[in-house]
Amino acid sequence: MAPVRGDGMRGLAVFISDIRNCKSKEAEVKRINKELANIRSKFKGDKTLDGYQKKKYVCKLLFIFLLGHDIDFGHMEAVNLLSSNKYSEKQIGYLFISVLVNTNSDLIRLIIQSIKNDLQSRNPVHVNLALQCIANIGSRDMAESFSNEIPKLLVSGDTMDVVKQSAALCLLRLFRSSPDIIPGGEWTSRIIHLLNDQHMGVVTAATSLIDALVKRNPDEYKGCVNLAVSRLSRIVTASYTDLQDYTYYFVPAPWLSVKLLRLLQNYNPVTEEAGVRARLNETLETILNKAQEPPKSKKVQHSNAKNAVLFEAINLIIHSDSEPNLLVRACNQLGQFLSNRETNLRYLALESMCHLATSEFSHEEVKKHQEVVILSMKMEKDVSVRQMAVDLLYAMCDRGNAEEIVQEMLNYLETADYSIREEMVLKVAILAEKYATDYTWYVDVILNLIRIAGDYVSEEVWYRVIQIVINREEVQGYAAKTVFEALQAPACHENMVKVGGYILGEFGNLIAGDSRSAPLVQFKLLHSKYHLCSPMTRALLLSTYIKFINLFPEIRTNIQEVFRQHSNLRSADAELQQRASEYLQLSIVASTDVLATVLEEMPSFPERESSILAVLKKKKPGRVPENEIRESKSPAPTSITQNNSHVNHNNKLNSNANADLLGLSTPPANNINNLNNSNNSTLIDVLGDIYGNNNAAIYNTKKFLFKNNGVLFENEMLQIGVKSEFRQNLGRLGLFYGNKTQVPLSNFNPVLQWSAEEALKLNVQMKAVEPTLEAGAQIQQLLTAECIEDYADAPTIEISFRYNGTQQKFSIKLPLSVNKFFEPTEMNAESFFARWKNLSGEQQRAQKVFKAAQPLDLAGARNKLMGFGMQLLDQVDPNPDNMVCAGIIHTQSQQVGCLMRLEPNKQAQMFRLTVRASKETVTREICDLLADQF
Amino acid sequence: MMLFMLLFSRQGKLRLQKWYMAYPDKTKKKITRELVTTILARKPKMCSFLEWKDCKIVYKRYASLYFCCAIEQNDNELLTLEIIHRYVELLDKYFGSVCELDIIFNFEKAYFILDELLIGGEIQETSKKNVLKAIASQDLLQEDETPQSFFDDHGLG
Repeated sequence: MAPVRGDGMRGLAVFISDIRNCKSKEAEVKRINKELANIRSKFKGDKTLDGYQKKKYVCKLLFIFLLGHDIDFGHMEAVNLLSSNKYSEKQIGYLFISVLVNTNSDLIRLIIQSIKNDLQSRNPVHVNLALQCIANIGSRDMAESFSNEIPKLLVSGDTMDVVKQSAALCLLRLFRSSPDIIPGGEWTSRIIHLLNDQHMGVVTAATSLIDALVKRNPDEYKGCVNLAVSRLSRIVTASYTDLQDYTYYFVPAPWLSVKLLRLLQNYNPVTEEAGVRARLNETLETILNKAQEPPKSKKVQHSNAKNAVLFEAINLIIHSDSEPNLLVRACNQLGQFLSNRETNLRYLALESMCHLATSEFSHEEVKKHQEVVILSMKMEKDVSVRQMAVDLLYAMCDRGNAEEIVQEMLNYLETADYSIREEMVLKVAILAEKYATDYTWYVDVILNLIRIAGDYVSEEVWYRVIQIVINREEVQGYAAKTVFEALQAPACHENMVKVGGYILGEFGNLIAGDSRSAPLVQFKLLHSKYHLCSPMTRALLLSTYIKFINLFPEIRTNIQEVFRQHSNLRSADAELQQRASEYLQLSIVASTDVLATVLEEMPSFPERESSILAVLKKKKPGRVPENEIRESKSPAPTSITQNNSHVNHNNKLNSNANADLLGLSTPPANNINNLNNSNNSTLIDVLGDIYGNNNAAIYNTKKFLFKNNGVLFENEMLQIGVKSEFRQNLGRLGLFYGNKTQVPLSNFNPVLQWSAEEALKLNVQMKAVEPTLEAGAQIQQLLTAECIEDYADAPTIEISFRYNGTQQKFSIKLPLSVNKFFEPTEMNAESFFARWKNLSGEQQRAQKVFKAAQPLDLAGARNKLMGFGMQLLDQVDPNPDNMVCAGIIHTQSQQVGCLMRLEPNKQAQMFRLTVRASKETVTREICDLLADQF
Repeated sequence: MMLFMLLFSRQGKLRLQKWYMAYPDKTKKKITRELVTTILARKPKMCSFLEWKDCKIVYKRYASLYFCCAIEQNDNELLTLEIIHRYVELLDKYFGSVCELDIIFNFEKAYFILDELLIGGEIQETSKKNVLKAIASQDLLQEDETPQSFFDDHGLG
């Protein structure tokens, strides 16, 4: 056992040893429960408990809480300790209160009273204890109770330094939750003048407070700038012996220096006064000079403290962005750090340089380090450092070095960590677009991106390349030729097929003269990929084919044949079916002129800022350097996330209801309307929604309240179907996991989320599944459920797996609510109402009134109720609109009869739901399940 | 400002937790779990800083214990490392070659010392001498008390 110091509580030490000796979690819990029972009985029964014992037990409770167990008593005893005249008891009381704050108002008043007493103590140790407690709790209550005392303590001449320090930070803590606590007026200058205090500890604490106050009210506290500059200057020029104990490993007052430097960053410019500015610049130079001096110690603490000040000084220099000389010096200094032995320094230097790269004064200077940074990106062992190097390369990129940097990033992308690939793809795409002078280069870069990291190329990126090609005539032929070549690779990414399909559909004619890429060759090449693609891509390719009919009438029959294929014309996918049949009709019925008009080349996209940038900013708020595409010559997508085929694009552009169905051309093609006799606007919606936001998961378990089979969940990677059957109190569920992607999902692991306590009511057993779900495969998982007692809610499963190196996780509620164990019961009106009356006790009734879903749908409600599990009884309620049901819930322990009545109020568009059952909990559970469902 | 500090062992056992922001208990447990796993998975020579959610994590290992702090975006990472070091120095001075067991058995002391160093997530006193002085005067107050505990623990405690 470890030694116990001075005031040690032996009982506590024994208890801690016991816990440490526990061999298993169960043993630990058992020991803790024993102890809790013991303490509870002591607190309850033993009125003679003395302070020491209280302290010991409170301390044990604290220990148990810190182990991660819940503590729901002992607060009163802890509060008692606060007023003990023994310091060690008081201290433990305060510790308990600080860790286990309880908003119980009675106790808070007692606590506040004790704190008040201690604040008035003449002993600074007591005062500080009270201040620490206020800061630890930091609630509104505290702020209100002490808004007078604490500011007074802070500025009063009588207060001891140690108390002032605590008071300053305590005030800061309260200010954060209740900004009105700080008095204004004369207090302002008194608080500012704490910066001149003799005691370094007081200044350090006060600077933190002032920094927060300045952020809120910079003008009022402007006076702090001069004081801060002169204080900083004195520290920086002091020798390390001057400041005695405030020197940390030969660095004079590093904490205070850093805080003062931060404080000054609240103003820009820091000061208008030439004299002050000169002094500040001098100070900053001194800091930079000191960085060049040989270290006074080999210890890492020395270098850390010294460099902490240096980095903060550089932050201030970057923040001011007005002194070219300092900026260049800062950059040189950081450049040295890039090859420092310490990973930490390299990381921080890269980060700081990202900011320097955006200043016009130091941008060129940063570029000098390009080679080292590229090396860092490739060679660093720590992925976070590599990532920082990528950020810096992005920030330092300009027209001059873009080609090289983009090339290096592309090279690195082949081996880059999965975790940073997506972001790198966005960065490369942005840089290539921003600095492209020759758009063939841009097209090459994006196609390379798709080739190297296709899975990480988001829609935004490939939409963008299409838009740019459409808007820039000079690159169209090149783009067609390049995608054609890229598609010849035996295995090419689906994103490549999408881009290729779109571009050839628009500009395939530009390369058709070459026999190697004759129309039929183009078509065959594209169609060879068709069967490997997702429905979304197939839909896009069908649009390409109809465009081909216009571009190359000679291959019309080949294409019509494809439209006619069973797999298309009768596709299970409604979208494909619709496209195939409409395009086929169009190709048969329309004259060449009409075809040419309808299938004309896409119009240019309106010029706007790249949306890829927005994606990057969203991914890394605050970390994207101001590398905006200002003079963007390129167009932007209009509503990118919604559109994914050129058929849809135009609909969104002219979003009026009369926009042509196919969206391929500008003139509203009424003839198309006539062709398919269907309502134009609804079709647009169908087109828009079907493949619309394919990131969004289709996941609606609510409807599974009323049915047992169907698709439980679906997103772009995974589909989960469910089939279930129930008999009496037993149920069997089959979950079918289908992998929709082209790659295996690894570490596939569904985990049941249903607490042990809940499992006592509904016991669910789940068979394990294979950890790998092969591409395109489906596996089945069997679950059995046994209802032991009624329960609320339903279990969830959490499904996790890795998809292309990224971890995915979903939680899905299982269709296992208690109503599944209903047996429908047929009865006539007489017996229904007899039972209804019997169940009129307070606990047997539950009622809810709720708004109907618009519009109120009685037939729909009836359908739902039929699926709910109870018997829907006709000719029972005199009002034919009312719905009444009866059923029995089977649990292992008992059978619970349950009646229900749902009364619609058509005028108010409301429903009133009444549930009566022989068991109180069931009444509530059924009522909760059904409320708001109609 | 520091948002919280966690001390945990190489086995992932939490030894000390200090929260300077109000989080619900559930969140605290979640944060702790995530961070312990993340940090234990890192290799020795890796950078001591990582971006995590909207804050920065600074951590360092001393013998069998990891000290891990979350700070705000604008805070100084290197100096946070030195706050950790100063705390370790204080523990070391107080316990005399501190080890994990000292912190387990005297967790309340570890809290008291931390409260003298940091208040509300800001550094209060950077002077080692002054912090030790404050702790010593606390201990002095305790020694004035009757050692009643002695009797209790040997008989009826």
